[in-house]
Amino acid sequence: MDASSKSRSRKVSATHRPAQGQPLPHDSAARHVSGTAVYVDDMLEPEGTVHLAPGYASSATLGPIRLLDLDAVRKAPQVIRVLTAADIPGLNDCSPSLRDDPILADGRIEFHGQVIFAVIAATRDAARRAARLARIEIDEQEPIVTIEDALKANSEILAPYQFIRGDVEAGLARSPRRLKGSVHMGGQEHFYLEGQVSLAVPRENGEVVVYCSTQHPTEIQHCVAKMLARPDAAVVCECRRMGGGFGGKESQAAQWAALAALAASLTGRPAKIRLDRDDDMIMTGKRHDFRIDYQAGFDAKGKLRAVDATLNGRCGYSADLSLGVNDRAMFHSDNCYFYPQTRIFSRRLKTNTASATAFRGFGGPQGMLFAEQMMDSIARTLRLDPLEVRKRNFYRTGHDTTPYGQKLKDNIIAPLVEELERTSGYRARRRKIAAFNDQNDVLKKGIALTPVKFGISFTLTQLNQAGALVHLFTDGSVQINHAGTEMGQGLYIKVAQVVADEFGIPVDRVRITATTTDKVPNTSATAASSGSDLNGMAAKAAAGVIKDRLVDFAARHFNVARSKIAFAGGIAKIGSKTMTLGELAARAHSARVQLSSTGFYATPEIFWDRAKASGSPFFYFAYGAACSEVTIDTLTGELRIDRVDILHDVGKSLNPAVDLGQIEGGFVQGMGWLTTEELVFDSKGKLLTHAPSTYKIPTASDVPADFRVRLWKSKGNRADTIYRSKAVGEPPLMLAISVFCAINDAIAALKPGVIPPLAAPATPEAIMRAVNAMRDM
Amino acid sequence: MRSSIRFLRKGKVAELADIAPTDTLLDYLRLTERSMGTKEGCAEGDCGACTIALGRLDRGGLRYQPVNSCIFLLGQVDGSEVVAVDDLAEAPDTLHPVQEAMVKHHGSQCGFCTPGFVMSLFSLYHADARPSRSDVNDWLAGNLCRCTGYRPIVDAALASCRTSPADRYAERKSETEAHLKSLLSDGDDVFIGNDDAFLAIPASVDGLDRLYAAHPEAILVAGATDVGLWITKQLRALPKIICLHRAGLDFIEATEDALIIGSAATYAAAQPHLAAIDPDLGEILRRLGSKQVRSTGTIGGNIANGSPIGDTPPVLIALGATVELRRAGITRQMPLEEFFLAYGKQDRAPGEFLTRIIVPRLARGQHLRCYKVSKRFDQDISALLGAFRFDIDEGRIMSARIAFGGMAATPKRAFKTESAIVGLPLADERQWRRAAGALAEDYRPISDHRASAAYRMATAQALLEKARREIAVQSSRHTRVVGQREVLVGRLV
Repeated sequence: MDASSKSRSRKVSATHRPAQGQPLPHDSAARHVSGTAVYVDDMLEPEGTVHLAPGYASSATLGPIRLLDLDAVRKAPQVIRVLTAADIPGLNDCSPSLRDDPILADGRIEFHGQVIFAVIAATRDAARRAARLARIEIDEQEPIVTIEDALKANSEILAPYQFIRGDVEAGLARSPRRLKGSVHMGGQEHFYLEGQVSLAVPRENGEVVVYCSTQHPTEIQHCVAKMLARPDAAVVCECRRMGGGFGGKESQAAQWAALAALAASLTGRPAKIRLDRDDDMIMTGKRHDFRIDYQAGFDAKGKLRAVDATLNGRCGYSADLSLGVNDRAMFHSDNCYFYPQTRIFSRRLKTNTASATAFRGFGGPQGMLFAEQMMDSIARTLRLDPLEVRKRNFYRTGHDTTPYGQKLKDNIIAPLVEELERTSGYRARRRKIAAFNDQNDVLKKGIALTPVKFGISFTLTQLNQAGALVHLFTDGSVQINHAGTEMGQGLYIKVAQVVADEFGIPVDRVRITATTTDKVPNTSATAASSGSDLNGMAAKAAAGVIKDRLVDFAARHFNVARSKIAFAGGIAKIGSKTMTLGELAARAHSARVQLSSTGFYATPEIFWDRAKASGSPFFYFAYGAACSEVTIDTLTGELRIDRVDILHDVGKSLNPAVDLGQIEGGFVQGMGWLTTEELVFDSKGKLLTHAPSTYKIPTASDVPADFRVRLWKSKGNRADTIYRSKAVGEPPLMLAISVFCAINDAIAALKPGVIPPLAAPATPEAIMRAVNAMRDM
Repeated sequence: MRSSIRFLRKGKVAELADIAPTDTLLDYLRLTERSMGTKEGCAEGDCGACTIALGRLDRGGLRYQPVNSCIFLLGQVDGSEVVAVDDLAEAPDTLHPVQEAMVKHHGSQCGFCTPGFVMSLFSLYHADARPSRSDVNDWLAGNLCRCTGYRPIVDAALASCRTSPADRYAERKSETEAHLKSLLSDGDDVFIGNDDAFLAIPASVDGLDRLYAAHPEAILVAGATDVGLWITKQLRALPKIICLHRAGLDFIEATEDALIIGSAATYAAAQPHLAAIDPDLGEILRRLGSKQVRSTGTIGGNIANGSPIGDTPPVLIALGATVELRRAGITRQMPLEEFFLAYGKQDRAPGEFLTRIIVPRLARGQHLRCYKVSKRFDQDISALLGAFRFDIDEGRIMSARIAFGGMAATPKRAFKTESAIVGLPLADERQWRRAAGALAEDYRPISDHRASAAYRMATAQALLEKARREIAVQSSRHTRVVGQREVLVGRLV
C-alpha cells in the first residue's frame, strides 16, 4: 500500500477546528488510567540489571568521617560492589551551581542523610539490606539547624543581596504610622508520587544512556559526563515522563543518575537506583523556610510609604539553586503593591540540613506571603478591611515600577480583584462572618481575598531558550521532540496542539516522543513555568520551517501562488487541488525536500543586570486572585476551609482543561504548604517527618467543599507568547495565601486591632499558639 | 494441610507454593508477574499508589475492597481474587467505565497515583452505593494525588459510580463466587515452609491455637497494616508468620446490650456496628487510616500491637470493653485498660492470642463523646484522641470513664480527672475547668513530630470542656469543624 492510498483510507474531518484552545485530555491519559504509561521503574530491565541503594550515617549530622567500615556491607548476600567517593573517576559533584554537592561524601558529612556510599547488588532488596550494615563513625560537631541558629552564627552560603529604591530610613521616619513584624514560614516536601529513579545502560565506546525521572536531562548529561571524566557527547539522558516533579527533580535527580551511571560504568551492567520514600525525603532538598523581618511605614488609610524587609532564607548545606530562589523571593516580595521607598535585603543562610532547592514558585510564594501578611497587619492596626488596604496599595499608572526597576505593562490586578470581589460576594460574606463570630465562642470564621502577580521568565536570562525537532513522515504523521519534560503539567499535549495547528492536522497525527539530549541538546530545565512558552514557540518554529518548504515545493510543483496554499483538517489545499498532508509530504520527499527541521526560540526583550539590581527580567506577569473562607476551632486549633473562589489569568488558554488542572492542583499544593504540611527537625537537624505517615499533604476531603475556579476572560497575553497564552505552572500555588490570610482573619476576630502571630504552616497547634497569644495580649 | 496458596487472578486459579513468609503482593505483581501498572509510592500504605482490589466472599457474596498491595502479604490473598489496574481494560481501546471517567474528567496529570485511584474507584463502582461527594472523599482518603487537587477525580467517581455495576466483573460475579467458594471449601490449613521458617494460614481457631502454642515467637498477621511496615521499612526478618484471615475470628455479634467483635474482624466490618452505638464511634472509625487500611486492618490488631497512638483502644476503654485471650484451649478475660501494661508491653503470655472484644452498649443516661485531633483530618495518626463516657443524672456527673491516646506510653484512663468531675453539675463551667486541671496529674505527654507536650495537655483539657458543652448546652454544629454528630447520621459506611 502506498502512502497516498493509506492516507485516503483515513477519514478526513470536514469541519476542522484548530487544536489550540481545545480542552484535550493529557496526552497519556488513557495510558495513565490503564497502567500502561511507562515510568523509569516500569521499563523492561535489560538482562543483568544491578540495583543500588544509598548508605548514610543514621545518627550523625555534621563532622569528619572518622571510620567507614564497609566489610559487612561487601559480605552481605548478593552484593556485587560498594561505591565510595574514591571510585569516582571524574568530578565528585552533582551541584547545579557551585560544585559543592558531592555525589558521595568525601571525608565529612554536612547534613543528616548525606550519602556516603552506595551498594550495588543483584536485587534492590539485597542492596537495601546491605546498606544498613555499614559501621560509620563521625566526629560530631554542633550542627546549625534553624534560621535562628544560622543568624546567630552568621552562617551564610551565598553573599547577601538587595534591592533599594529611595531612602527607606527616611521614608519610615516620615511615615505617620509604623509597624514592625516578622513572618515565619516552613519549607515543603515535594512529595512527587514517583520517587527519584534512574536506570543507566552502558553502551560501547564508553557511552552511557541514562533513563532518568528528571526535569533537566541536560544537567544530568553534564553531571554524568563530568563524573565519568568523559565528553558530554558520550552521555545521553532520556525522560519520557515523571511521576511528578514540582521542582524536586530539577537539580535533585542528578545524584541518583550519577550513581547509576557510575555503577553501570564500573560493572559493565545496566544499573538502577530507585530511592525508598523515606530515603528520598531525608536525602533530597525541599522548599526553603523563610523568616522575613520587616518594618512598614504607612498613612492612616494604610497606604504604604516605605517598606524595609529582610528575607532570611534557609538554604541548607550547599548553594544548589538558592541564588535564584532567594532572588525570586525578593522579586515577589512586592506582590501587587507599590513600595515607594524600599529596601529588600536578602540573606542566604547556611544550615546543616539537606540543601533547599527548587519548588513550584521558586521563592515567589515566600516573598508573596510576606507582602500579604504585611497587608493584613497594617489593616489590623488601622482596623480596616484588609482588602481595602490591599487595593489602596496596588500598582497603578504612575506607580508601576517594581523595586528592581521593571515597569509593569500588563497590570490587570485591579479589575481582576474587583471582579472576584463581586462574584465571590466578598462584602456580604464579610458581614455574615462578623455576625457569626459575634454569636459563636468556640468556632470563628475568617475570609480573605488576596491577589497574585508572578513574573514569567527565568531570572538567569540565558536559560530562556529552547529547541525543538520536528519530523514529518511521508504518510503525513508527525513526530515532535523538544527541550521540555513532561511531569504531568500537560506540556506535551500543549506542544502537540501547537504543531498540529501548524500543519493543520488532528492532534492524534502528532506523535510525542521522549525528551532526550541526543535529539534536542543544550536545554534548560523545565522550570519557571516556562515549558509551553519556550517549547511551544520552538516547536512552532520547527514545524513552520517544514511547512514553508512544503509551500515552496507545492507552489513550484503545481505552479500555484503561495497565498493559495493552505493546510487544514489534514488536507493541503493547493489552489483548486486538494490532497492529504501525507500525499503532499510523499511528493515533496520524492522531489528531495527535507521533511525534518529543528526550531529554536529565545525569549525577546528581557534583560537583567544583577550587579546593579536593575532591569526587566520578566517577559510578562501572570495574575490571579483567590477568596477563601475558613472556620477554626478555638479549643483545638482545627481548621475547615469552607469555600474558595478563584479567578486566574492564563491569557488565551492553549488548553483550558490542562490550565484548570494546574490552577486547582497548584492551589491545593499551596494550601498544603500553608496548613497541614509540616517539616519537623530535631535539634540535631534530623528530619522527623520523612514519610507520608508523618508528613501530611492534602487529601480529597481537605479540598474546599465549595470550590469555584474561573479563567479570567482575557483578550490574550500582551506579550507575544505562543498563541498569546500565559504560563500557568507556578502562579496558582500562591492563590493559597488567601487561605492563610483567612485563618489570620478568623483568629483576629478574637481581639480586633491585634495582629495574630500566626506562623506557617497553620497546623492545629500553630493556630492554637496564635489563639493563646491573642488571649494573653 | 495444603502447602501452597491459591487465589483467583484474571479469571483463573493461581497456585503458588514457592513463596517466602514476607513476600508482599506488590512485589509479586511487579517483580514476579511483571505487571507494571501498580506503582509503589511510599511502601508503607499511606499513599495508595499501589492499591489493588481484593475480591473476597463476605457472607457468601463477592465484595471488592481496596487494599494497599505494598504492605499486604502475598499469603493474605489465599482464597481471594486479586484485580490489578492492568486487568481492567478489556482491550487497549476499551476502557473500564471508571477509567473512561478519569480520562473524561481530566483526573490524571503525572499519572503515577492514577492506577491506585482507578482501583479505589473500581471497588467503589462495585460497592453499588451511589455515593455523595463526601462519601467519595472518604473512599479516596487513602489515595494521595499531588497534581490535580482531587476535584476532577472526585467528579470522575461521581459520574462513573452512580449506576449499578455493569462490567465483566459484574457479569461473571456468580462464577467468581463459585470459584472462591471452591478455593475455600477444602478447609485446609495452609503451611508453607518448615519448622524454622513458614507462612501458615490456619483454617480454624483450634488450628491457630495449636500452631501458635508450638511457635509462640511467630508473628500473627491480621491486616498487616502495621506488620507490613516492619517488612518494607525496618527490613526485619520475620521467619514465622501466621495469617489470621481464615481462622474464623472475623465474626461480629450484636446482642441487645453488647457488641462482640472477633479479633480478626476488620475496621470496615465493625464500623457500622460501632456507629450504631454512637455516631462519634462511627466517625472515629471513618477517620482511622483510610478505606484501604480499614479493609484489612482489624480492631484486634489495633489492640494487640499495644501502640500508644492506636485510635480504638481509648474509645473502647471509655466504653468499658473487655478482651478475651486464649492459649492452649484456655481463655481468660480482662478489662481492656488492664491489657496495656507499659510501652510495648501487654498482658499477653507467649502463645496467647486475642480472640474477641466485648463492647457494652450505652445504657440510659450514658453519654459518649470522642475526639480525634490530628494535623490532617483523614488518614492521619492522632496527636491525641480523647474519649469520654459520662453517666448523667439530673445534670450531674454520676460516674465517668475517660481515656486518652497519645497522652502516655499506653492508651490510658484518666482516673484522677474522673474522680474530680464526679458529682459536678454539667452547667458549672468554672468548676469543670478546675477539674480539667487533674489531667495534668493523669498524664505526662511527650513532644514529638505530631505535637508538643504543651499542646497535647492543653488540648486534652479543651476536649473535656468541649464534651461538657456538647452534652450540656451546645449542638456540635457550634463546637466542631468536622464530624458534627447531627450530620454523621446517614453517611455511607
